[in-house]
Amino acid sequence: MSGLPLLSLVTFVPLLGGALILVLPGASNARWIALGTTIVTFALSLMVWASFDNSNPGFQLVEKLNWLGGGISYHMGVDGISMLFVVLTAGLMPFCIAASWESVEKRVAEYMIAFLVLETMMIGVFCALDLVLFYVLFEAGLIPMFLIIGIWGGKRRVYASFKFFLYTFVGSVLMLLAIMSMYWYTGTTDIVALLASPHFPPQMQIWLWLAFFASFAVKMPMWPVHTWLPDAHVEAPTAGSVILAGILLKMGGYGFLRFSLPMFPSATEFFGPMVFTMSVVAIIYTSLVALAQEDMKKLIAYSSVAHMGFVTMGIFTLTHQGVEGGIFQMLSHGVVSGALFLCVGVVYDRIHTREISAYGGLVNRMPIYAAFFLVFTLANVGLPGTSGFIGEFLTMLGAYIHNSWIAIFSATGVILSAAYALYLYRRIIFGTLVKPALMTIQDLTAREIAILAPLVVITIALGVYPQPVFNVTTPAVAKLIQDNKTSLAFDHAKKVAIIQKANAQ
Amino acid sequence: MSLQADILVLLPELTLAIGAMVLLLTGAIMGEKSAPVISWAAIALLAVAGALVVTGQTGGAFNGAFVADGFSRFAKVLILIGAALSILLAEEFFSTIKLSRFELPVLMVIATLGMMLMVSASSFLSLYMGLELQSLALYVLASFNRDHLRSTEAGLKYFVLGALSSGMLLYGISLIYGFTGSVEFGQVATAIFDNGVSLGIIFGMVFLVAGLAFKVSAVPFHMWTPDVYEGAPTPVTAYFATAAKVAALCLFLRAILVPFPDAINQWRQIIIFISILSMALGAVAALGQKNIKRLMAYSSIGHMGYALLGLAAGTALGVRGVLIYLAIYVFTNLGVFAAIQAMRRSGKAVEEIADLAGLARTSPKLALVFSMLFLSLAGLPPLAGFFAKFYVFLAAIQAGLLWPAILGVMASAIGLVYYLRLVKIMYFDEPAPAFDGEIGIGSRAILVISGVFALLFIFAASPIITAADTAAKALLP
Repeated sequence: MSGLPLLSLVTFVPLLGGALILVLPGASNARWIALGTTIVTFALSLMVWASFDNSNPGFQLVEKLNWLGGGISYHMGVDGISMLFVVLTAGLMPFCIAASWESVEKRVAEYMIAFLVLETMMIGVFCALDLVLFYVLFEAGLIPMFLIIGIWGGKRRVYASFKFFLYTFVGSVLMLLAIMSMYWYTGTTDIVALLASPHFPPQMQIWLWLAFFASFAVKMPMWPVHTWLPDAHVEAPTAGSVILAGILLKMGGYGFLRFSLPMFPSATEFFGPMVFTMSVVAIIYTSLVALAQEDMKKLIAYSSVAHMGFVTMGIFTLTHQGVEGGIFQMLSHGVVSGALFLCVGVVYDRIHTREISAYGGLVNRMPIYAAFFLVFTLANVGLPGTSGFIGEFLTMLGAYIHNSWIAIFSATGVILSAAYALYLYRRIIFGTLVKPALMTIQDLTAREIAILAPLVVITIALGVYPQPVFNVTTPAVAKLIQDNKTSLAFDHAKKVAIIQKANAQ
Repeated sequence: MSLQADILVLLPELTLAIGAMVLLLTGAIMGEKSAPVISWAAIALLAVAGALVVTGQTGGAFNGAFVADGFSRFAKVLILIGAALSILLAEEFFSTIKLSRFELPVLMVIATLGMMLMVSASSFLSLYMGLELQSLALYVLASFNRDHLRSTEAGLKYFVLGALSSGMLLYGISLIYGFTGSVEFGQVATAIFDNGVSLGIIFGMVFLVAGLAFKVSAVPFHMWTPDVYEGAPTPVTAYFATAAKVAALCLFLRAILVPFPDAINQWRQIIIFISILSMALGAVAALGQKNIKRLMAYSSIGHMGYALLGLAAGTALGVRGVLIYLAIYVFTNLGVFAAIQAMRRSGKAVEEIADLAGLARTSPKLALVFSMLFLSLAGLPPLAGFFAKFYVFLAAIQAGLLWPAILGVMASAIGLVYYLRLVKIMYFDEPAPAFDGEIGIGSRAILVISGVFALLFIFAASPIITAADTAAKALLP
């Protein structure tokens, strides 16, 4: 533990960058400051990774300060589950800024400030070790995202931004009440303390679990509360979509891992079948819906819902493979779906439409683009050798251990994902180049190559050698599953004791 | 109890009373030109009173008619801040429309005196005295823009309905006196403790609550609020929304919690009922408003609903929640009304929500503060308003009021729509013609103060929470 408050730095440096833009206005200043800030933040997040001790399954780099009093404190720390999400968030941000370099022309300073504020909130969510702090950051991220969709979005941006905001807000307020109930039951909102002795009565667990589920299921999003996502994606600017798919959705999965599984084990067991059903429906149904989409972004949005279905399925199997697969799938999807949205942004910047039918035969004019797009499409399908495969495979393996029927149903999703992704690719890239608008389209610029190339490297590197990720996650996941089992046994023992007592009387 | 000790306890109030007389005489002698001087003198007077409140003695006075304790101290500081900043707004407002009159600050000081007596009252008679002193001054203030039809209408409406509610209040007090034999809060509590809750006391309590609910504009006694908010001059509305609300709500707390702790099961259901109705109506009715001041009226109805949830908890934690709520509410609302006052186009005040269109491009700073305050009122973290709601709901949950809390957060989700709509109008829509550029230095200061308060409360929450906690424990040990 060094003297440097590394997590606070990585969280609040973006906010400082935002303040700096306020002081030094001007579009060009704003762009460079934002880029510099996000790169510094990324470097800091890599320092977090470097000083992270893989063998320790507990929380590290912990900082604790008095905040509101009465057991509610400013408590930060990361473990093997959250640490990589911090790196992912910080890592995606420079790409978002770079992708908005030319495509955002109006109100540039405000745009960059919104993104930097959003980055602070997102990183904070993954670092927070206090429920109230977590909630504050979880909700606060809505405001900048609302503005990003609403100001810089497409035609139906107002509708999309309100829908996004209200769906997530309604889900979250119930979680707030649950947090308060937990506070009065235990006298603290400290996540570490709550994880250490998570013995809520089983009946209470049911309600708490449902309240948290309302929030995370919307965020994830799980079928049937996913309908905000396609709208938000379609209307959001490219970088907004990247963040939405890459990071914001992951908060839902992270929430399940951090709260639902270890703190409410009995309820998790009780609701397991429901979650599996919803996940499988999400995988199959939204894949079919994706197949029918006419809008590129909508198609990728529905495919995100399907991929998140794999994540929830894997997480709730409570097997090592399933949970680690779920985490890996989230990280991989963060990179891959972000990259796919960037690819859509590339052609959107040129032709200004996302209609799939407006494209065709791009490979003739844009060979480099076609190659990049291919890698991400295949990663989205889950082809072995790309990062998409590892996560899907492990979650299905976990599902198979838990209940083979779930695995069988979810496996059809893999076939469907190949169908919609390759169908999309064929319609856009292949075919003959007949559309007049496409005759003069230019291939990737150096800036765009610089954005997409690192993502290709990450996608393939993680697909071939995922070990660095598992080194981080394995001990924490093992502890998570062990804690869950212990608490579950405790709950069962208590139930048995109550029944015996009732019988004896 | 010597007279000297009594006077020491009421020193801030006496200072205000004498000061108000001196200001009135000075104004009368110096004539119309003296208005700015009187305004600043009034603000200074309120500041002196504030210093006396903070350093003053605690204890009862005049045979239990008044009490100065930590609770009244907290409330009085808020009232004085609200009053002083409202006078500051009023001075700018009336000098812009060339209607500067020295009576206005004097009336506001007198109303403030009434409010301070209200929060210190510990018997039903002194309560009524403070309340009427405040109300009579407020009736005049509401119709202060006397050549203006809506302002006179507001004053008249407020007066008629206010008189009705005062009547109900008095009727309730007389019943309570009849059935307990006392008007002093502590003795009423003792009588109820000894003899139980009789039907007469319940009737008295219902009338009392109805009268008080009128003063805090809780549903179903809210009808006057939109008209008065809309009709009254903007700084006076700011005064209604801040200082008057603090006084009425703190009076409500003391007049229910201290005399009727053993009748909690009887009054709690009423409070829960009006609280839920207020939250719901405040959220739903505001959706359709076109006038920003009417919208703020419905918003304040809703906010009183949330605050009453803290009262419904009936615990020191609930009182703490209400006090934190009020502190945040006062600062936020002052900023909002300062911003509304800055809505002037070619010399005339505009109040339509549509006039705000595209404000982010015509005056970005005003739009930033405005929308931050609205989002704070909506209760979004990390802004101050979130913590206001947080502590009220926290107390409600602790008291087992789960369903009211669930309905409350649902109402806040509905309310969010109209606050977001305001942000949308300012940020997403095409700009309307720009407002007049110059904002007075006083309004500017208020905007900065409340903007900074809303934004940075999260970092400095602890002292305010501790202060509210101490104040609440003074009321309910």
